Amino acid sequence: MIFLNMAIWLPILAGVVLLAIGRDENAPTVRWLALAAAVASFLVTIPLITGFDNAKVGMQFETRLTWIERFNATYHLGVDGISVWFVLLTAFITVIVVIAGWEVITKRVNQYMGAFLILSGLMIGVFAAVDGLLFYTFFEATLIPMYIIIGVWGGPNRIYASFKFFLYTLLGSLLMLVAIVYLYIQSQGSFDIPTWHALKLSMEAQTLLFFAFLAAFSVKVPMWPVHTWLPDAHVEAPTGGSVVLAAIMLKLGAYGFLRFSLPIAPDASHHWAWLIIALSLIAVVYIGLVALVQTDMKKLVAYSSIAHMGFCTLGFFIFNSLGMQGAIVQMISHGFVSGAMFLCIGVLYDRVHSRDIAAYGGVVNTMPMFASFAVLFAMANCGLPGTAGFVGEWMVILATTGFNFWVAALAATALVFGAAYTLWMVKRVYFGPVTKGSVSRLKDINAREFFMLALLAIAVLAMGLYPKPFTDVMQVSVDELLKHVAQSKLL
Amino acid sequence: MNQLNWLIVYPEIFLLLMTSVVALVGVNASESRLNLTFWIAEVSLGILALMHLNLLQSGATVYGMQRMVVADPLGHLLALAAAIATMITLGFARPYLKSRDLLKGEFLSLAMFSLLGISVMVSANNFLVVYVGLELMSLSLYALTALRRDHAVSTEAAMKYFVLGALASGFLLYGLSMMYGATGTLDIPYVFDAIHKGTAAPQVLTFGLVFIVAGLAFKLGLAPFHMWVPDVYQGAPTAVTLLISGAPKLAAFGITFRILVEGLSGLATDWQEMLIVLSVVSMSLGNLAAIAQSNLKRLLAYSAIAQLGFMLLGFTPTVINLSTANAVNGYSSALFYLITYVLTTLGTFGLVMYLSRHGFESEEISDLAGLGKRAPWIAGVMSLFMFSLAGIPPLVGFYAKFAVLQALVSTGIKGYIILAVIAVLLSLIGAYYYLRIVKTMFFDEPVDASPIRGDTGTTVLLALNGLAALGFGLMPDGLMSACRDAVLKAFST
Repeated sequence: MIFLNMAIWLPILAGVVLLAIGRDENAPTVRWLALAAAVASFLVTIPLITGFDNAKVGMQFETRLTWIERFNATYHLGVDGISVWFVLLTAFITVIVVIAGWEVITKRVNQYMGAFLILSGLMIGVFAAVDGLLFYTFFEATLIPMYIIIGVWGGPNRIYASFKFFLYTLLGSLLMLVAIVYLYIQSQGSFDIPTWHALKLSMEAQTLLFFAFLAAFSVKVPMWPVHTWLPDAHVEAPTGGSVVLAAIMLKLGAYGFLRFSLPIAPDASHHWAWLIIALSLIAVVYIGLVALVQTDMKKLVAYSSIAHMGFCTLGFFIFNSLGMQGAIVQMISHGFVSGAMFLCIGVLYDRVHSRDIAAYGGVVNTMPMFASFAVLFAMANCGLPGTAGFVGEWMVILATTGFNFWVAALAATALVFGAAYTLWMVKRVYFGPVTKGSVSRLKDINAREFFMLALLAIAVLAMGLYPKPFTDVMQVSVDELLKHVAQSKLL
Repeated sequence: MNQLNWLIVYPEIFLLLMTSVVALVGVNASESRLNLTFWIAEVSLGILALMHLNLLQSGATVYGMQRMVVADPLGHLLALAAAIATMITLGFARPYLKSRDLLKGEFLSLAMFSLLGISVMVSANNFLVVYVGLELMSLSLYALTALRRDHAVSTEAAMKYFVLGALASGFLLYGLSMMYGATGTLDIPYVFDAIHKGTAAPQVLTFGLVFIVAGLAFKLGLAPFHMWVPDVYQGAPTAVTLLISGAPKLAAFGITFRILVEGLSGLATDWQEMLIVLSVVSMSLGNLAAIAQSNLKRLLAYSAIAQLGFMLLGFTPTVINLSTANAVNGYSSALFYLITYVLTTLGTFGLVMYLSRHGFESEEISDLAGLGKRAPWIAGVMSLFMFSLAGIPPLVGFYAKFAVLQALVSTGIKGYIILAVIAVLLSLIGAYYYLRIVKTMFFDEPVDASPIRGDTGTTVLLALNGLAALGFGLMPDGLMSACRDAVLKAFST
C-alpha cells in the first residue's frame, strides 16, 4: 500500500534532497524543509493506524514486488499489530528530533537533518519488512547514518563511541546474517519470514539459530553483558542521536526477538528461556544499581534504558499474552519517556554545557515550566500510575507473578530502584536551593522547547491514562504469535 | 571445426588495430595530438565494450582458431567488464598524468595492449594461449609501473613486480608443462577428457597442479604470494595502480576459471582445499595488516588481498560429495563479487588521484582529514565505496559477500559453514579500517581548509561510479543473472 511505502521513502528522499542542497548559509531553509518532510512523513503513517483492521490476522497494507530474482528475495512490506505502532513512533520521534536540533545544531545543518530523515526511513523499513533479506538490509543500513551522527556532532570522545557502536552491532548482525542464509537454504530458497515461521527444524538447528539471533538482538536491545556500547554511545551522541537511539534503535533489537527468535525457534526459545529471564533480571536489578551511582545524567538515563528494556525481554520469554503485550507497551512507552528524558538533559546541556548532576541544583527556581515537564517525565520513568511508564511494567510484573513468584518479586524491585535513581537525580538537579552561578542565570524554555516537550507529555499521559487503543491493535497479532510459539516445530 | 575462423575474435582484432593506431598517433605527440590519441583510445574502448555486450547478449558459444580460443558469454562478460574498467581508468588517469607530464602515447597504447592480453586470456581454450595473453598483459604492466622512470620508489616497484611476476609466470608455465606431460595435450577440453579417463599419471598431475595454483595465486595477489602487491600498489604512479587493481583481476579470474574449472576440474578435490587455505590466509593477513597502514594506497593493497581472498571462497564448493551441484552457484557469486569489487576499487583510486595535485600525491590517510567539509560530495562518494568494501547494505559489496556466503552455506556441510563464519568474522576486522577512512574524512578537522578544485570530468566519473556502487546494491539482479548465465554456459560446455 502506498502509505507504508511513503512512510519509508518520503523521509529518505527528503534526506537525500537536503544533503544535496545544503550549505550552512541556507540553514533556515534547510530546517523548515526538514520539518516539513518530517511532519509529512508522520502524516502518511496516520492512515496506517486509522485504517488498521484489529481483527485481522497477519500482515496488512502489503506490497510485494520481485527484488532479486536470483535469490528469490522480494520487496515485501507489511505491518501487523505488533509493528504498526513502531512505524508511527519512529515517524513521531523524528519530528521531535528535528525540532530539538533547531537552534542547537549550527554546523552542517543539512547533513544533520538529512541523516536523521534517512535514518527514520530506514528504521521504518526494518519494522515493515516481511522479507528476511530486506529486513537485514534496513537493519544494517541504519548503522551508517547513526555512525555519522555520533561521529560528527558528538561529544569529545565521539570517535571511540562511534566505532564501538558500529563494530559491536555489526558483529552481532553478521552472525544473524549467517543464520538468515541458513534459513534461506533450509526453506529451499525463500526469504519470506512467514514461511520461515512454518519451517520445521531440529533442536540443534534451532539452538544455533536462536543464539545467532540472540547475538544480533541482544547487542541491539542491549542486554547485560553486551550493553557496554550503549552508555558510551549515549553520552557522546548529540541530543537528537540519543533520543533516536533510546526511543527507536533499541526497539529494533526487541522487535527482532518477536519476528525471528520466538516464532522461528520456539523449542529452543522455551528451552533457553531461563537464560534470557536470568539476563533480563540481571539487567533490571544490577543495571538499576549501576544507574544509582552515576554522576552523569545521560549515563544515568542510558543505564535506566537498559533496565527498562530488561522488562521487555522478560515479558517476551514468559510466553503469555499479558506479558508479551506488556512488553510491547513498555517498548512504546519507553520510546516516549526515554526520548523525553534525553531531551530534558539536552535542554539543560544547551544552556550550561554540562551533564554532571553536581553542576546543577535548584533548577526549578529559575526554570519552573521546564522543571514541571522534567518531573513529569521522571515520574513516568519510575513507573508512576497514570503515566505511560506504569502500564507496561505493571502488565509484565502481573504476568510474571503467574509464571513464578520469585522472578516477579525480583522484577518488581526494579520499580524501587527506578524510583530511587530517578527521584534522587530529580532531587539533586531540580530541587533544593540554587548554589551554582550557572543555574541562577538560566532562562526558562522557549516556545519551541515547550512545544516539543508538550507533545511528548501528551503522549506519555494519554498512553498512561487510556492504553486500550494500543493493546487492542496488538491483541490479535500477539495471540497469533503465541500460538506459533506454543507449537513445537521439531522435526 | 578446424578452420581458423578469424571472425570469431573480431573484437580482439579490432582492439589490436586500434591499439596500433593509438601507438602510431601517439608517438612524440604534441598536446593537441595527445588529446586526439586519448579520445581515439576511449572511443575504441567504448566500441569494443559494445561489441562484447552485443556478443554477450547473443549468448552463443563458438570456437575459433582451430579451437585455440572460445568465444562464450563468460569470456565476453569478463572482456566487457575489463574494457569498461580500462575506459574508467583512462578517464581518471588523464588529468593526473597530465599534471605530471606522464601522459604520453605509451601510457595509452600500453594500457590497451594489456587489455588485449586480458581479452585473449579470458577467451583462451588452450594453455599456450593463456600464457601468451598473460605475458602480453604482464609485460605491459611492468613497463607501465616504471613509467615514472626517474623516481626511485617507482622503479623499485617495477623491478619487484617484474622479477616476482616472471617467477610466477615460470611457475605457471612449469605447471602447465607438467599437465602437458601427463595428458599429452594443451587444449583445455582435451586435458579435461584425459583426466576424466584416468589415463594420466596422478602424481604428475598433482605436482603440476601445485605449481599452477601458486602461479595463479601470485597473479591474483593472494597470501602467501602477495609480497609484491603492497609495494607495487604504493610505488607505481596512482594511474598505473588503478590499472593494475582493475582489469587484470578480471583476467586472473578468467584464467583461474579456464584452467582450474574447465581444464582441471577432475582434480577439484585437490585444488579446492588449496584455495580454502589461500583464501583464509589472505583474508586474515590482508585484514590484519591493513589496520596498521598509514598510506592509503598500501592500505588498499592489503584490502585487495583480503577482498580477493573472500572472492576465492566462491571457488571452494566445487565438488561436494562427488557432486558439482553447488559449483555454478559458487562461481557466479565469485564473478559477481569480483566485478563489483573492481568497480568499487576503481572509484577509490580515482578519488586518490582526484585529491592529488601537481607535485602532491595525497597518498596518506591523513591527507583525507576533513574532506567531509572541504568537498562533501566527494567525501560522500568515498564513504559509499568504503561502506561497500566493508560489506554494509544497501551497498553492492554486501550483496557480493552475501552471494558468496550463501554459496558456502548451501553446501550444507559443517566445514563450509564454519568457513563462512570465519569469513564473516574476518570481514568484521576489515570493517574497522574502512570505517577509519570514513572517520578521517568526516570526523577529523582539516589541516588545510581550502576547498578542493578537482577536474570536472573526474568529478562526474566519480559520481557515476558511486551511483553504480549504490545502484547495483539496490538492484543487483541484472548483473547477478548475467554472471550466472555466463558461468552456467561456460560450465556446461
